Amino acid sequence: MTETIGIWIAAFLTLCMFSFLYKDNPFYKFAEHLFVGVSMGYYIPYTFYNAFIPYAYEPLFLKKEYILIIPFIIGILYWFRFSSKYSWVSRYPIAFGMGIVGMGVPMGMHANVLVQMRTMMLPLNNINIILIFFGTISILLYFFFSKAHKGVYGKFTSIGIWFMMVGFGASFGYTVMARISLLIGRIQFLLGDWLGLIK
Amino acid sequence: MKRQIPLMIVLILGLLFVAHVFIPSKLSSDYLDWFMKWTKVIGPFAIVLGVFSLVLVHYNKIKRKAPNWGYSLVTLGALIVTTAVGFIWGIQEGTPYMWIFKNFNVPLGATMFSLLAFYIASAAYKAFRARSIEATVLLVAAIIVMLGRVSIGQAITHWIPDITEWILNVPNLAAKRGIALGVGLGMTATSLKIMLGIERSYLGGRD
Repeated sequence: MTETIGIWIAAFLTLCMFSFLYKDNPFYKFAEHLFVGVSMGYYIPYTFYNAFIPYAYEPLFLKKEYILIIPFIIGILYWFRFSSKYSWVSRYPIAFGMGIVGMGVPMGMHANVLVQMRTMMLPLNNINIILIFFGTISILLYFFFSKAHKGVYGKFTSIGIWFMMVGFGASFGYTVMARISLLIGRIQFLLGDWLGLIK
Repeated sequence: MKRQIPLMIVLILGLLFVAHVFIPSKLSSDYLDWFMKWTKVIGPFAIVLGVFSLVLVHYNKIKRKAPNWGYSLVTLGALIVTTAVGFIWGIQEGTPYMWIFKNFNVPLGATMFSLLAFYIASAAYKAFRARSIEATVLLVAAIIVMLGRVSIGQAITHWIPDITEWILNVPNLAAKRGIALGVGLGMTATSLKIMLGIERSYLGGRD
């Protein structure tokens, strides 16, 4: 019984969302606002049981790790964001979290620069590797604005645009496929689970 | 006190992270464990900011009887009911909380994103109308990749899946690599700016 009610509710909400294809309307607005409320409502108990209890409450109050009172208090400082007079206090937990940017310096260089350059410097022993090499160089030079993109240099950098366009086209194709597969899933739900027209 | 201490915290923790990566030792791995442990304690408190902000926005809309204020009642009602259900019956499989997730969250989220299938098609039509060689290249690459990933592409000709593989492994890889190099340099520069206190917008306005 509850499963049947659930399927009918899900079907109604799916149709409410699809009604936006006609134009913005009260059914869509209702579904949109409901989605915001339910999503936030979902994350409150989820965070409480999966983050607060195991990482804050249990170690501090059950395992008596009293040192954790410090991050506990730092966390509470977030709430000063809503005070007009003491909102600056909330900068302390934000600053603590921002400390991780230190990791971004070596890791950004390593993963996105050094590793990419190393794989680019393979022996140029076949046409595909040569194409990848020149493609990457032309893209990098396209974004180098200290020299005017004219003459042979300008022609070379314009090859970079072509490589990027192919890359963007491939990414776009993948994005469309992902959205279409979601759409197929919803149509299957409506025609199969709800109306029982397809098995 | 209001700005200098947070900036000092970022600088010191940031430098310790740089040291952690370049000087692998027990001390540096202990530092990472300590930071992660404390971050996991601090993190959950931040959700209160999001909840309070959402409630405040919709409460004010209801209070002022702003246009469409009735929908704010729907948002707040859904928020209260879902939260209460989660706390009363728990969040395990088979609870009313998971029933709400399965029958409200999942269909709403999936349909919301599937709507993009329609809009992405119309946006593509406007963007791609092959007005330049570059736009044509993008259009052709997208069509080949889409065809190459479904069975109809194989049915048309066995060349389409092969060309798709080549597009993904050669020109697409060159593009991704070029962009990754730019992202890496940008990430490093931004991280340094934050650590050194040049970029401080995350601290918010005022004094």
